[in-house]
Amino acid sequence: MELVKALTEKHPAAGPDGAALAASSGPARFWKVMKSQKYLYFMSMPFVIWVFVFSYMPLWGWTMAFQDFKAGKTFGEQKWVGFKHFQELFTDERFYLVLRNTLAMSLMGLIVGFVVPILFAVLLNEVKGRLFKRTVQTISYLPHFVSWVVVAGIVTKMLSTDSGAVNNLLMWLHITDEPIQFMAKGNWFWSIVTASDLWKELGWSAIIYLAAIAGIDPELYEASRVDGANRLRQMWHITLPGIRTTISVLLIMSIGHLISIGFEKQFLLGNNLVKDYSEVLDLYALNYGLSLARFSFGTAIGIFNSVVSIFLLFLANGVLKKVTKESIM
Amino acid sequence: MNKAFNATRGERAFDVVNILIMLLLVVVTLYPFLNVLAISLNNSQDTVRGGIGLWPRQFTLENYKVIFAYEGLLQGFKVSILRTVVGTVLGLLSASMLAFTLSRADFQARRFVSVFLALTMYFSGGLIPVYILMRDLHLIGTFWVYVLPGMVGAFNVFVIRSFIDGLPFALQESAKLDGANDFTIYWRIILPLAKPALATIALFLAVGQWNAFLDTYLYNGSSETWTTLQYELMKVLQSTQQGGANMRTSNEDMTKLMNQVSPESIKMAITIVVTVPILAVYPFLQRYFVGGMTLGAVKA
Repeated sequence: MELVKALTEKHPAAGPDGAALAASSGPARFWKVMKSQKYLYFMSMPFVIWVFVFSYMPLWGWTMAFQDFKAGKTFGEQKWVGFKHFQELFTDERFYLVLRNTLAMSLMGLIVGFVVPILFAVLLNEVKGRLFKRTVQTISYLPHFVSWVVVAGIVTKMLSTDSGAVNNLLMWLHITDEPIQFMAKGNWFWSIVTASDLWKELGWSAIIYLAAIAGIDPELYEASRVDGANRLRQMWHITLPGIRTTISVLLIMSIGHLISIGFEKQFLLGNNLVKDYSEVLDLYALNYGLSLARFSFGTAIGIFNSVVSIFLLFLANGVLKKVTKESIM
Repeated sequence: MNKAFNATRGERAFDVVNILIMLLLVVVTLYPFLNVLAISLNNSQDTVRGGIGLWPRQFTLENYKVIFAYEGLLQGFKVSILRTVVGTVLGLLSASMLAFTLSRADFQARRFVSVFLALTMYFSGGLIPVYILMRDLHLIGTFWVYVLPGMVGAFNVFVIRSFIDGLPFALQESAKLDGANDFTIYWRIILPLAKPALATIALFLAVGQWNAFLDTYLYNGSSETWTTLQYELMKVLQSTQQGGANMRTSNEDMTKLMNQVSPESIKMAITIVVTVPILAVYPFLQRYFVGGMTLGAVKA
């Protein structure tokens, strides 16, 4: 994987011990270098073990999906049942409802959460006053730092039928005569989640694009101005192509995370009235797996989630590689 | 040629529309916060009449007095501060140590450690296997479940490493000649120089710790000792939500608290208490995290 390579490789710089030890070779050299680097080992190996325990060990838990896992038993005593839990999952009607919700909200989130920050970054870049620009940017980050619990509370408050700001505004504009019951009607739920997410992350997502825009050669703008291009044309022909690489890489990454969208939003904004629209895969695993102690069934849901994510990541990477020649792998 | 002369009518129209869009965005971002603040400072009986906008109609601190008399909230406040401090310090130490070793081209195990760490960004065991692991490690019902599992973050390590890579290697070499060992180099030279990157990561870690609620819900939901501020707010917010709660706990203390003034005012006051500490620090750290985000983006 090229991304892993990019992350792990570094410009070659000889270390303090490299030159002196290059002469000897073989296992003896290995131990010698290891001894001379004992502090580096002391400073990294404890954390490697740490990562192994907390990130790799849970993968071992995937075996639960193929067992009738009972909490009290040891691994040897568990009963192996093959794909039973997956069969159960794929014949559960609720699963398809949950899958629909997951895909709908992640697709809406992907499109809106991807396009709008780019638009915002491009427009903010065109603002002339430096102080105004900075102020807008600082304010735009603000909701990113606030927890989902708070955002869910604020969204519920703003959308409430009881003098919520949104309903007040809609009634004042005579768009509606009665307050709309946003939080109690399932067909609003997907839009509410998408909009809340956008509200929270718009400014934050734009940071990377603003940085990329700042790296575009100013001479390109000068030249196009001489050629008589107006601002909209400059945005279209210079700014957007200038950040194309950033856009492709981020697009592939977000497609990879398409169905692992987490469930905090749905968990906090949802309620029993909108359950058929709010339940996503992880929430389904929580409600029908963890809470009912059906660990094996819940793990099967988790595995399905991971497999689809990886498939989508490769698919997106393949398609974008063909179209734009950009790739992260 | 001066600018004003250059600007055509279309250009000016564009600027005006653009500034209006930005102003709209500012209003949409700020109004909810200011509205919540106004309601939290308004007399609760008066709030029920509706119509509070940006300013309290009947100013009072009563709502805050009531919530600060609530045991659960105070306990949550203490635990949230504790986990933020401990989680940030541990996370910063581990990420910077790892980053230092990975920035050393001569380090034998560098490639292995790098790949081992990078892979964790692409998979996760999932909700239930992680839960079972926490149970097997006897972390459930303890404070440590907040800080230990997420202590080593791959993204954080790579951001700091990118920064250390940019520092002149000659500094390390001369320290080595003076007889410093690798730990001394890390502690005395790298840490002080890497402050901008460390500030970014500290901010990310602190915000993550302060805002976390899911771990409390999953692992410490019934623990009164290890409740957190976000979790307490979640319970309060959801206790009177329409449609009822799906598997939510509620307790008598809280119901009593809500009836003392109105649920609405209580919710808004706690929201402010939870939010203010973060809002007070982030503008000052802005120059760090903007740099940090870009550093991470180049690599990731």
